[in-house]
Amino acid sequence: MDTFVQQLINGLTIGSIYALIALGYTMVYGILRLINFAHGDVFMVGAYTGYMLAIHLGFASSPSIIGFVVVLFGSMIIAAVIGMLIERLAYRPVRKYSRMTTLITAIGMSLFLEYIFVVIFSGTPRAFPQLLPSDNYTLFGNATINTSQLLIFVVSILLMLGLQFIIFKTKVGKAMRAVSFNLNSAKLMGVNTDFVIAFTFALGSALAAAGGVLVAQYNPKIEPLMGLLIGLKAFVAAVLGGIGNIPGAVLGGLLIGAAETLVVGYGQYIGIPSTYRDAVAFAILILVLLIRPAGLLGSNVQEKV
Amino acid sequence: MSSLVKSLIFGIIVIALLYIVNAMMSSTGFFGAGIDDYSARLLVFIGINIILATSLNLINGFTGQFSIGHAGFMAVGAYSSAYFTVTYGRQLESAFSSLGELGATSVILLIAVVIGAIVAAVVGLIVGIPSLRLRGDYLAIVTLGFAEIIRIVILNIDAVGGATGYQVPGYANFLWIGIFAVITVVVVHNIVKSDVGRALISIREDELAAEAMGVNTTRYKVVSFVISSAFAGIAGVLFAHYNKFLSTNDFQFIKSFEVIIMIVLGGMGSMTGAIIGAIVVTLLPELLRQLSFIQVPFIQVGSSGEVLLSSIPLDSLRLVIFALILILTMILRPQGIFGTKEFGLNWLKRPRKESAGAETVGDSEGTPIAQQKEAKRLTSEEEDQ
Repeated sequence: MDTFVQQLINGLTIGSIYALIALGYTMVYGILRLINFAHGDVFMVGAYTGYMLAIHLGFASSPSIIGFVVVLFGSMIIAAVIGMLIERLAYRPVRKYSRMTTLITAIGMSLFLEYIFVVIFSGTPRAFPQLLPSDNYTLFGNATINTSQLLIFVVSILLMLGLQFIIFKTKVGKAMRAVSFNLNSAKLMGVNTDFVIAFTFALGSALAAAGGVLVAQYNPKIEPLMGLLIGLKAFVAAVLGGIGNIPGAVLGGLLIGAAETLVVGYGQYIGIPSTYRDAVAFAILILVLLIRPAGLLGSNVQEKV
Repeated sequence: MSSLVKSLIFGIIVIALLYIVNAMMSSTGFFGAGIDDYSARLLVFIGINIILATSLNLINGFTGQFSIGHAGFMAVGAYSSAYFTVTYGRQLESAFSSLGELGATSVILLIAVVIGAIVAAVVGLIVGIPSLRLRGDYLAIVTLGFAEIIRIVILNIDAVGGATGYQVPGYANFLWIGIFAVITVVVVHNIVKSDVGRALISIREDELAAEAMGVNTTRYKVVSFVISSAFAGIAGVLFAHYNKFLSTNDFQFIKSFEVIIMIVLGGMGSMTGAIIGAIVVTLLPELLRQLSFIQVPFIQVGSSGEVLLSSIPLDSLRLVIFALILILTMILRPQGIFGTKEFGLNWLKRPRKESAGAETVGDSEGTPIAQQKEAKRLTSEEEDQ
């Protein structure tokens, strides 16, 4: 039982990260109907930005809460700018073409980010500096949770509440919902759609970057291709929850994280070796597409002619 | 001359040409003319890439669905057939020894190709049915995920070498790879020109309209996807038995992306475009390697986080250049270099009389005449303004 709670804590930790990244996928998909393949790589860019900030601002040697907050917000802001640049330079020029064209552009962007970082930082993994003193806390008997896990929970819950506030309580959030409902109608109603799309990219990229810094705290090894698999899993989380649906993305992320660690912990008893961990998300994806393609919280929308 | 005789003559000429090139690759050469090992290897990979690009073009270019896991099907074909030849190769070699060494290995290779194609097709069916029932981009993400699952599964099977790699007998040579490349091109070309091909193109142009016209869209999408997977499997078989060594590293995401780049560059929906794309993408890295003496100034970050301005060889920017080409092609010429146009020697032929129905039905690319006229009218209006 203790190990079950432990597995669940570990699963929900990584699940919160999937959820943070899935939010960016689902928002962009909701507005542009585009699978932003480069989103996972923005997560990686966020981790590297955090790395550079931590080293050059001198927080790497002396762990402190201020250092962590500065690095977190710094990399979120820089990633938001990078996200807007990606949208402006690569996606906006192809928006008027077919969905296939935008999808290929997104793949090209993903490749570009990955390999430009391989050239700049080399492909070998780097150690992310410890920004906060690490402690273990005991929960429910034998299960332990460490500072970085706690941090992941707290920060991701705060960020998700913040996102909820922006989307439902602010003017730009209302505009985002309008654009995602119908882009052309929103434009006719005087919504500056270009700005709303850029803002969505900034918001999604900032969340992904926060995920990057948090993951790097939890597992301090960063590499240029780290965003590929985690980004795909986050996308699966978005599909599982119902693509375009914001609470769905969070639910999907947590479920996939939990399913993964449970397979690692208990899969061996039912004949699934723990090395299949990375395959779990995709097995779930295929099941979702077979059973409920709209996702858990999504609604089935009929295509109009 | 009947078309059968024409095809026979075409086949004989192609095989003769491939045979001569194949002979030139051997140590003795062909009447003194030889091809060095480096060029031979490049020619072989051009052949394999033509199979991959042409088959992916069937689903991506002609059916308009977006598969990005071609390397996964290639891996399925490669590993399943390699398991067969490693397990039964020796026995079969002695069983077919009356055919001579070349004959025996050719027979075994053909069996391996059939096995690889069938296994890849079955896997394609399993992957295709759930994802192709739906509209939209689900196929992209499912195929990408599937390619990764396959790699993980293979890594965990010790019978095929797992992480250490897999030694495979070298039954394939340029002759067979060339023949299969030609077969792939001919088969895909014939599918596209058949009524199945018309159905596929109608799905690409407008899935909803195609369905309304009575095209069973899911069925045709799955058929096209399964055929495409089978050919990817064949490419895998040939790669395995030429390379003589398999490692899961050969089938990473980047391999699938390479095939995408081939057909995107050439133009999705163009047979000749895909072939030219395959040749360019195979040769471009080699060209960059030749130019590696060119040093490019670039920002790099040292191991302790210090920012340096260093110069790196052009060659190491290969994948960055590929990615930029992909993005710029999409922005500047989204239909690819050839679009759906075919590059050929047709302009050398005497213009034939148009048949009476051609005007109302459509041109050779399947674009309805009415649509073309509309497009022309629109462009001329734009020019007027």
